[in-house]
Amino acid sequence: MILIAAGTKDITSKLANQVKQAYANGAVLNIRGSATKSFLANSDHDKNTAELITTREHQGIVNYEPGELVLTARSGTRLNDIQKILASKNQMLAFEPPAYGEQATLGGTIACALSGPRRPYTGSARDYVLGVHMINGRGEVMGFGGQVMKNVAGYDVSRLMTGAMGTLGLLLDISLKVLPAPETEKTLVQDLSPTDARKCMIKLARQYLPISAMSYTDRFLNIRLSGTQATVAASAEKIDGEFIHKHETFWHDIREQQHPFFKSDKALWRLSIPAASDWVDIETKLDGDCLIDWGGALVWLTSNETPEKVFAYAKTLGGHARLFRQGNSRSDSRIQPFSPGLLSWHKKIKHAFDPKGILNPGLMHKDV
Amino acid sequence: MTPAQSEFIKALQTLLPVNFLLTDEESLRPYECDGLSAYKQLPLVVALPGNQEEIISIIKLCQKFKIPVTTRGAGTGLSGGALPLENGLLLNLARLNKILDINPDDRTARVQPGVRNLAISEAVSGHGLYYAPDPSSQIACSIGGNVAENAGGVHSLKYGLTVHNILKLEIITAEGELLTIGSQALDSPGYDLLALMTGSEGLLGIITEITVKLLPKPELTQVLLVVFDDVINAGKAVSEIISAGIIPAGLELMDTLAIKAAEDFIHAGYPVDATAILLCEIDGNIPEVGDHTKKIHELCLQCGATEVRIAADEKEQKKLWAGRKAAFPAVGRLAPDYYCMDGTIPRRCLPEVLKRISEMAEEYDLPVANVFHAGDGNLHPLILYDANVTGQLEKTEQFGGRILELCVEVGGAITGEHGVGIEKIDQMCVQFQSLELSQFHAIKDACDEQGLLNPGKAVPTLHRCAELGAMHVHDGKLPHPELERF
Ligand SMILES: Cc1cc2nc3c(=O)[nH]c(=O)nc-3n(C[C@H](O)[C@H](O)[C@H](O)COP(=O)(O)OP(=O)(O)OC[C@H]3O[C@@H](n4cnc5c(N)ncnc54)[C@H](O)[C@@H]3O)c2cc1C
Repeated sequence: MILIAAGTKDITSKLANQVKQAYANGAVLNIRGSATKSFLANSDHDKNTAELITTREHQGIVNYEPGELVLTARSGTRLNDIQKILASKNQMLAFEPPAYGEQATLGGTIACALSGPRRPYTGSARDYVLGVHMINGRGEVMGFGGQVMKNVAGYDVSRLMTGAMGTLGLLLDISLKVLPAPETEKTLVQDLSPTDARKCMIKLARQYLPISAMSYTDRFLNIRLSGTQATVAASAEKIDGEFIHKHETFWHDIREQQHPFFKSDKALWRLSIPAASDWVDIETKLDGDCLIDWGGALVWLTSNETPEKVFAYAKTLGGHARLFRQGNSRSDSRIQPFSPGLLSWHKKIKHAFDPKGILNPGLMHKDV
Repeated sequence: MTPAQSEFIKALQTLLPVNFLLTDEESLRPYECDGLSAYKQLPLVVALPGNQEEIISIIKLCQKFKIPVTTRGAGTGLSGGALPLENGLLLNLARLNKILDINPDDRTARVQPGVRNLAISEAVSGHGLYYAPDPSSQIACSIGGNVAENAGGVHSLKYGLTVHNILKLEIITAEGELLTIGSQALDSPGYDLLALMTGSEGLLGIITEITVKLLPKPELTQVLLVVFDDVINAGKAVSEIISAGIIPAGLELMDTLAIKAAEDFIHAGYPVDATAILLCEIDGNIPEVGDHTKKIHELCLQCGATEVRIAADEKEQKKLWAGRKAAFPAVGRLAPDYYCMDGTIPRRCLPEVLKRISEMAEEYDLPVANVFHAGDGNLHPLILYDANVTGQLEKTEQFGGRILELCVEVGGAITGEHGVGIEKIDQMCVQFQSLELSQFHAIKDACDEQGLLNPGKAVPTLHRCAELGAMHVHDGKLPHPELERF
């Protein structure tokens, strides 16, 4: 069965014309969906002089075939609407994207490539991107990838676009692989010291268990199980802890940063580190508080430490840091610095898609 | 050999010991082709470096002398990606075959590119872990080649392709610089260069180290053999299983000719009078595997299966899989040569596509066996022919080309896992318009300004497409109309 939602609107030609015009005039464009993630923009990105180009009206689920596990939607489609239609067929976006606002669009979600608590167990946003249509910095409309699970024809531009924050092109529509929603989910909680929590997460991750999230904060380790009733019940027997009520709210709040931990005046740092990293002494090494997600592979840190110090710490663990939300004192270095070789590749690739540098320049990184 | 080429070889000899540089025809011969033996070409020279430093010096020398480089892993590729270039250097990475580091707590392993795919799972097995992507060629193919092709396997339906199972790469660029892409963590800042490199067929950089993700082995695995007397029903069963919320670890379909060939060769116990069989593997925790097996059994019967066999033990599971894993060589016994295609289609189009392939088989008078990663819509039609009969290879290639065009027509792709290489270069003109092809060239130019890495593979020039366009006029629409015809 093919489901196509009503009330759709295709403004491809309007968007392409705007980019073409800007290319001709050398005007800088600021691509916007619903601005729910604009807080991620590097402060070097000059919003004041840039011309706004918005995908909000470019809406609609173009194609959804539950039996094929594929959904295609225009970039302005609300993430909410997509999740609703998927839920009606017992399916889901398995990367559990954070929305950071009711109005969040699919385009912004993919451009920022953010993934929620389920990410280590089922994969990230880019893992589910099958294809895109896009407009490059010349105003050219192009399509890459497609609606099939496997496709190795040409370079993987669709995944390259994921997380590029609009600096390589404006996303028009995106085809995603979707997955069946689990039959049931339950969350167990244990009271553990950081050292024991870390050990526990490592031990569990090495076994085949239907774990779909592990998060640690305030001495509480929360473990979510997803699968068939029988599997979840049998697996829960093997893991210590009590079931928590309202666990949907708990994971929602972690994902959407509405958990009390996130209420802080300090800067919010995101440290992505190898799963078994020793983060136990992080609160003393970096002055601040932390919440662990992704079974140990993601640390949310509220702290007023200098970027240099946070970057250096993340690097010693083999990972990288990102200044996710500015605190009271603002900083211009928001992502882990690139090696000279990597920076040069970023510039060259940017140039290959956007030769005049008109698409969201400086938004992801000050030199790209 | 031109004077410049002799000078180049002389300079190479200062970089590598003499036994790791091959120049005489007899030693070059084994490298004249990869798994696609219809194309053969001797390179100027084969180099077998033993470490990254040697590769860097070789690449810098190639830059200086403008000698093109083709990287070779195990040479099992099926699209001619590792086919040497006449005036080029073939960089054979077979000596870089060490597993550098296994980290069971992070569930990662750091390996050199020449390590065989299966060797990784074997090395980490003691930790209860394995590396998920399992191409049928896994005893031979290299992990470097897997990354370069974004290889998949029978378990890709549930566990993903190579791109989903790697974290970090070290590459050597066309300029001879060492670059680290990705990280030990689950993501890295900036562009997703890991995805860009994966499947880039040796055109954007030389992969010299790979950090792979490992998974814990499932508690239990179950294999079902489902028999159908109608392919349409088999296709319907695949959709029903997935719509019911079950993602099997593997879901493979074989048609009559493939079943017969496999049975004659391996004696896996396949029903030779069946029109189609589905092999379905379910893995996971014990209760889940039980539930899903039961559900799949019911669904298949509802879809008209004539028989559902559940493997009694691990031995029988292996036996059932053995037929599928040996399907290519088994079909290979039916004719002097076979040509393996690799198109992907939306699953719902399966009946139509199989029907049209069999019509074409009649038209070309060449038999076709179908082996199919049914779960993710990846077809492997195997066309049987005899290269010694004048004109058969050309006819076969034309037939194959039409199958791929059919895949594009129904919304699929010309290659699901084998890559474009030299083989499907013309079908790229069907899959993409000039704008996309130009964008690919712009990416290539950004990473390899001089165009020394595997030139002529994977992405056709616009001129080639224009020339071809004159021959393939579809629905009266000329592809790439903006280009001059000649
Ligand atoms: C019987 C058989 C069954 C097969 N089954 C499958 C299957 O199930 N799934 C599947 O996906 N494939 C399959 N293949 C195809 C093939 O095995 C894969 O494409 C494999 O990934 C190629 O690995 P290789 O080491 O042999 O690479 P090669 O053939 O040596 O090279 C392949 C391409 O990668 C490039 N390359 C190789 N190494 C590097 C490197 N280190 N850095 C940069 N570029 C590099 C080469 O230049 C070339 O373009 C099968 C092949 C055979 C013969």
